[in-house]
Amino acid sequence: MLTIKNLHAEVEEKQILKGINLSVNAGEVHAIMGPNGSGKSSLASVLAGRENYQVTQGEVFFSGLNLLDMSPEVRAREGLFLAFQYPIEIPGVSNINFLKTALAEIRAHKGLPPLDAKEFLRLSREKQKLVEFDAQLVNRSLNEGFSGGEKKRNEIFQLAMLEPKLSILDETDSGLDIDALRIVSKGVNKLRSENNAFIIITHYQRLLEYIVPDFVHVLYDGRIVKSGTKELALELEEKGYDWLKEEAREKATTI
Amino acid sequence: MPNDNEIIDNIANKEYEFGFVTDIEMDILPAGLNENTIRYISEKKKEPEWLLNWRLKGFQAFQKQKLPEWQNFQLPPIDFQKISYYAAPRNKKKYNSLDEVDPELLATFEKLGIPLSEQKALTGVAVDAVFDSISIATTYKDKLKELGIIFCSFGEAVQEHPELVQKYVGSVVPHSDNIFAALNASVFSDGSFVYIPKGVRCPMELSTYFRINTENTGQFERTLIIADEGSYVSYLEGCTAPMRDENQLHAAVVELVALENAEIKYSTVQNWYPGDKDGKGGIYNFVTKRGICKGANAKISWTQVETGSAITWKYPSVILQGDNSTGEFYSVAVTRNRQIADTGTKMYHIGRNTRSRIISKGISAGHGNNSYRGLVQIGPKADQARNFTQCDSLLIGDQCGAHTFPYIESKNNTATVEHEATTSKIGEDQIFYLNQRGIDSEKAVALIINGYAKEVLNQLPMEFAVEAQKLLSITLEGSVG
Ligand SMILES: Nc1ncnc2c1ncn2[C@@H]1O[C@H](COP(=O)(O)OP(=O)(O)O)[C@@H](O)[C@H]1O
Ligand SMILES: [Mg+2]
Repeated sequence: MLTIKNLHAEVEEKQILKGINLSVNAGEVHAIMGPNGSGKSSLASVLAGRENYQVTQGEVFFSGLNLLDMSPEVRAREGLFLAFQYPIEIPGVSNINFLKTALAEIRAHKGLPPLDAKEFLRLSREKQKLVEFDAQLVNRSLNEGFSGGEKKRNEIFQLAMLEPKLSILDETDSGLDIDALRIVSKGVNKLRSENNAFIIITHYQRLLEYIVPDFVHVLYDGRIVKSGTKELALELEEKGYDWLKEEAREKATTI
Repeated sequence: MPNDNEIIDNIANKEYEFGFVTDIEMDILPAGLNENTIRYISEKKKEPEWLLNWRLKGFQAFQKQKLPEWQNFQLPPIDFQKISYYAAPRNKKKYNSLDEVDPELLATFEKLGIPLSEQKALTGVAVDAVFDSISIATTYKDKLKELGIIFCSFGEAVQEHPELVQKYVGSVVPHSDNIFAALNASVFSDGSFVYIPKGVRCPMELSTYFRINTENTGQFERTLIIADEGSYVSYLEGCTAPMRDENQLHAAVVELVALENAEIKYSTVQNWYPGDKDGKGGIYNFVTKRGICKGANAKISWTQVETGSAITWKYPSVILQGDNSTGEFYSVAVTRNRQIADTGTKMYHIGRNTRSRIISKGISAGHGNNSYRGLVQIGPKADQARNFTQCDSLLIGDQCGAHTFPYIESKNNTATVEHEATTSKIGEDQIFYLNQRGIDSEKAVALIINGYAKEVLNQLPMEFAVEAQKLLSITLEGSVG
């Protein structure tokens, strides 16, 4: 579904991603861990098409298409979804109206007409239930005045509504209390299928107890320095990142 | 931030879609302004002597006044002698039915989305169409007549209902009020007249559509609306003009009179040609709009969506004379390219327990400059008067400006005056967030703008809210690449 080859990217002339390689197939859940500032959000931003990042080398294919050639909105319509680490507030734009517009655009891209009001309402109710999202928040202005946790849960509600092929969750767990974490994880698990895939960026192994990944990668200084299965997350929890940093540095000097 | 820069560039490059010219034979008075100009217009319109005298008094007042200097922008010099003060389609002076109207004219209004034949007209909306100096047609007149409602051109009202016109004209905006009002009093050509009888609720929206066509002419229309005791009317005005390199002057006057328990809702969707991206051409929109709540419990509500004109300079105001009367002002003003808007309202609280509410939403893009200027005046007898003012500014890009000038004068310490103001920016982050959900940048801007302006758009009559929403989107369209 997603193939990243030797991806290099910079922001404000600072090299951030220094050769990322990653393959994600349908039905898989990949976790990306790593210390602060290692480039996890940057990777998500580059995949989503944020304009202040310049790709300087490498390529990315998404469902056989050259992802880097597409505008951010086309990437989204093709089924790439980013749950933001810091969701944005948009005053005056109602959550539901925003989702109606987004869904209509995605459907139009597939040659489908927009859902009529009744169908849309039904879908929205169904997904609210699925991810246990507060009905009151649905009608409020998009993220305006939402608590940190409410914003994160709204991202998952949007994910449920838009049914993307590939979802990237950027630290969706940070700022969630244990109950909210459980609810969000339950929602994600229900949304998992043979046809979609998830990349879950997190600091904590805690989330991975609920959403069990097929693969775990450690990103450090713009590179994936270690990949493994879910046991790697446990090892990191126990030992921290320092031993990996050490390894990475040694590797860099021997080259 | 490339995204923001693109927003600015593209907003600047968006073209005006009503800029076409109608090719039709016109009677145009040569440029120039003196007593003879005024006598010519008055004679052309077969006016009674009292009206000619009133015009001449207006002209005397005009000559004594200077262009104002308190505004927050450079007012370009205006040569009043270079303007033609009367232009009318050549043909018969008065159309008895639509069949007599030049098809070219009907086509013009149809192209503007204002079909004048009643079969095609918007249901529930009666329209008075003004082309340069002359009212072309008024739809649904007979239907309204059955209820005793008078809706006709100002010129016609002077002929058919002189007693009403004489009683109220200049009673809210005197002939000497300000230089542009004085100019209007002397040379006003046409406009709309409305009278709603006691206790009648006008069953449809009344609407005037103003179109400037001829080069080097000014448009000076005068609108007078009288809502008798216990009546209600909702009125809407729209306008466009061709693209021209010269600036054209539009100096209208609107007077509203609401008697006891009456309500007038006056909405404007102003889309005069704003000039090109370098600020060349465009309409100078210097308009005096004022209403009076004469009786107790009367209500006047101004709603305006201002997207056009090179310079907009207007302060729809309400004199709250009757006890318990209410004045409202809801405004969205968009400026982009080199546009200037200096607009706001004045609320004069005279009666007891009078209330006013002001919601002003400015949107600036490109090099646009948007000022809110509002006066809330509480007189000594206005016990328990209340005002609430909310003034928001939205900036797109960092070359534009927003300014707020609230003036409060209170002579009564039982009054409550509240003022809130905010400034926000459409951020790259917001647009990217919407992009990431499949919404392109153009739609994203439209979504944000409409969300921002919702409180004002909701005040518009249903038929026009959607149009206004579209207009806002179109005006700021191409906001992104
Ligand atoms: N807009 C930016 N301008 C300059 N540096 C940035 C910008 N965004 C991110 N960075 C830098 O890129 C590096 C990676 O950041 P980020 O991707 O947010 O890391 P993570 O999500 O792994 O904590 C950090 O050093 C950060 O300071
Ligand atoms: Mg991060």
